[in-house]
Amino acid sequence: MAHEDDPLEHERASWKPSPGVAVAVSDPVQSPVLAPHRERMTDKDPAAMKRAVRTVYTLFYLSLAASIWAIAAYMLFPIESGAIVDIRNNNLFIGLGIGLALLALGLGAIHWTKAVMSDKEFIQVRHATRGRDSTRTAAAWAFADGDQESGFGRRAIIRNSMIAAVVASVAPGIVLFRGLAPEGENPVALLEETMWTEGMRLAHDPEGTPIRAADVTLGSAVHVIPEALAELDHSEGYLEAKAKAIVLLMRLLPEDLNETPERADWSYDGIVAYSKVCTHVGCPVALYEQQTHHLLCPCHQSQFDVANGAAVIFGPAARPLPQLPITIDDEGYLVARSGFTEPVGPSFWERH
Amino acid sequence: MARETKRRSNGRRSPWAAAALIGIGLLITGGVYAGASAAMAAGSETAVTSALTVEDGKKLFQANCATCHGLDLQGSETGPSLYGVGELAVEFQVATGRMPLQATAPQAPQKPVQFTEEQALAMAAYVQSMAPGPTFPKEETLDGEGDVARGAELFRINCAMCHNVAAAGGALTEGKYAPALGQTSSLHMYAAMVTGPQNMPVFNDLTLTAEDKRDIISSLLFLQNNESPGGFSLGNLGPVSEGLFIWIFGVGGLIAITVWITAKSN
Repeated sequence: MAHEDDPLEHERASWKPSPGVAVAVSDPVQSPVLAPHRERMTDKDPAAMKRAVRTVYTLFYLSLAASIWAIAAYMLFPIESGAIVDIRNNNLFIGLGIGLALLALGLGAIHWTKAVMSDKEFIQVRHATRGRDSTRTAAAWAFADGDQESGFGRRAIIRNSMIAAVVASVAPGIVLFRGLAPEGENPVALLEETMWTEGMRLAHDPEGTPIRAADVTLGSAVHVIPEALAELDHSEGYLEAKAKAIVLLMRLLPEDLNETPERADWSYDGIVAYSKVCTHVGCPVALYEQQTHHLLCPCHQSQFDVANGAAVIFGPAARPLPQLPITIDDEGYLVARSGFTEPVGPSFWERH
Repeated sequence: MARETKRRSNGRRSPWAAAALIGIGLLITGGVYAGASAAMAAGSETAVTSALTVEDGKKLFQANCATCHGLDLQGSETGPSLYGVGELAVEFQVATGRMPLQATAPQAPQKPVQFTEEQALAMAAYVQSMAPGPTFPKEETLDGEGDVARGAELFRINCAMCHNVAAAGGALTEGKYAPALGQTSSLHMYAAMVTGPQNMPVFNDLTLTAEDKRDIISSLLFLQNNESPGGFSLGNLGPVSEGLFIWIFGVGGLIAITVWITAKSN
C-alpha cells in the first residue's frame, strides 16, 4: 500500500503545474524542519517530576474539597430568611466553591498534560483534501445516475411543482406575524393618537391627582399622565397607553419662552407640556435643567431647548418633541386644549 | 582620611551640610505651621460653642457672600439675587460646601465645608429675615420611617432619570451633573427637592407632598444603609463600568490562561 507511506501522494500529483504557466521561483518556501526536542525539568530531574505530580494531585484534591464546600455552603448559608445579606452570602459562597472546583480541575488537567505527560513531538500528516480520481469519478457517476433514474432533470414539471410547494410551505409562518399587530385596528392610527383629548386633566404620575396651574412653581418639572390613565388597569392596556401619553410639565418665566404665533395659546402663564417620548428611538426624555431650560435624553444625548419649542440643539433626534397644547378649566386645573397635533415618539414607516 | 582632615582645616563644609540644613529648616517651618494651625483650629472651636445671632449671620454674609450676592441680597453680575430663596437654600448651599463658590464652572461642586453648622445657620437666619423663603421641615419628614417601596417608586419616576436608579448620580449637558446621593443627609435631600439648587427642578409640596418626600428620603436612607446584594457594585453605573470591568479583567484573564495553556512547560 504505497499511499499509506505518503497519504498526500495523489494530491501532490494533482498539483503539477502546467509547463506554460509555471514560474520558476528562486527562493521556494522551505519545509519547516521539526525543532530539536527540548527536555523539560521534569524529564531531567526526578525531584521536579515529583513536585509536578504533587501539584497536579493537590489541584485535583483542592477541586474535590471545593465541590464539597459548595454543598456545605448550600446548607450553611440558607436563603430561607429572604434577607438580602443572606442571599448574597448564599450566592457568593456556593459560587466560590463551584468556581474553584472547576478552575482547579482545569488547571490540574492542563498542568498534568504540560509537565507530566510525555511531550515528544511528532508529525501527524493531514488527510488529503482532494479525493482520489477514482473516488471523484464515482461520486460524479452517483449524481448522474441519481438524476437519470429519478428524472429530476428530465421531468421539469415535477421538479418545478415541488420547488413551488416548498416555497409556499414557509408562507403560513410569515403570515402569522400579522397576529402581532393590534387586532382589528390600523397600527398607524394607533401610533398617531394618544390618550390625550380636549379637556382631559393633567395628573400626577402615578397617583393621578389633577394639577392646578397655581401648584406648579417656577423651575418645577412635573411628570404627568392623563387623568383617565390612572383608572386603567394593567390588563386594560395601561402600559401601552402610558408609553405614548407621558408628558413633562415645566414652568418657565413667560418672558423666557420663545413661542411661535400659532402656538401662542398652547402654554399657560409660562407652563408648557411636552411629550416625554424622545423623537429619536423613544427613550423617556426627562433630564430637565431648570436654568438652561434644556432637556437631555439619557440614551443618545439628544438635547431639546424647551424655551424654543423643544427644538433639537444636539444629538441624533430628528425633530422637536411634540407639544401638548394646554389651558385651564373653570376650577383652575390644567387641561389639554386638544390631543397631540402630531404623532409622538420616533419615526415609523408612514412618518419620517 | 588625610584628605578629609585637610578639607576641614580649610573650613569647607561636607557636601551633606547643605541638605541637612534645608531638612532642618523645613522641619522647623512645618512644625511651627502645624502647631499654629492646630492652635487656630482650637481657637475657632471655642468660638463656635456660643450661639450665633442673626446679627452675626449678617456680618458673616457681608464678609463672605456679599461680593457676588450684593449687600442687600440683590445679586450682581456674578451671583444671583437671594430674595425668597429662604434659609433652607442657604443652609443647603453652605453646609454642603457648594458656597462660597471657588471658581466659575458649569456647576458648583461639593467641597470641604467652609463654615461650621452654627455659622451656616446664622447666615441662613439672616437671609430668611431679609426676604423669607422655604424653611426647615418637620422632624417627621426626615426620620426615614416612611414607606420605602412607595418612595422608591416616586424616586424612579421623579429623580432617577438624572440621579441614577441606584442614586449613584449621572451626567447632564456641558459638564453639569446630578450628584450621587450616597452620602447626602436627609435634610439636604429635602432641601434639594424644595429649593431646586442650580439646574435641579423644584419639587414643591404640591408636586411631591411632605409625605411623598418623607417616603423618597426613607428609600434613599435605606439604600445608604444597606449593602449592595450583588457584591461589588462598581459604582452602580450599570453597563459602562461593568462592561469595562469584564473586558479588562474577564477577557484579560482568559488571554492570560490561553497563553499559559499554549506555552511549553519548562
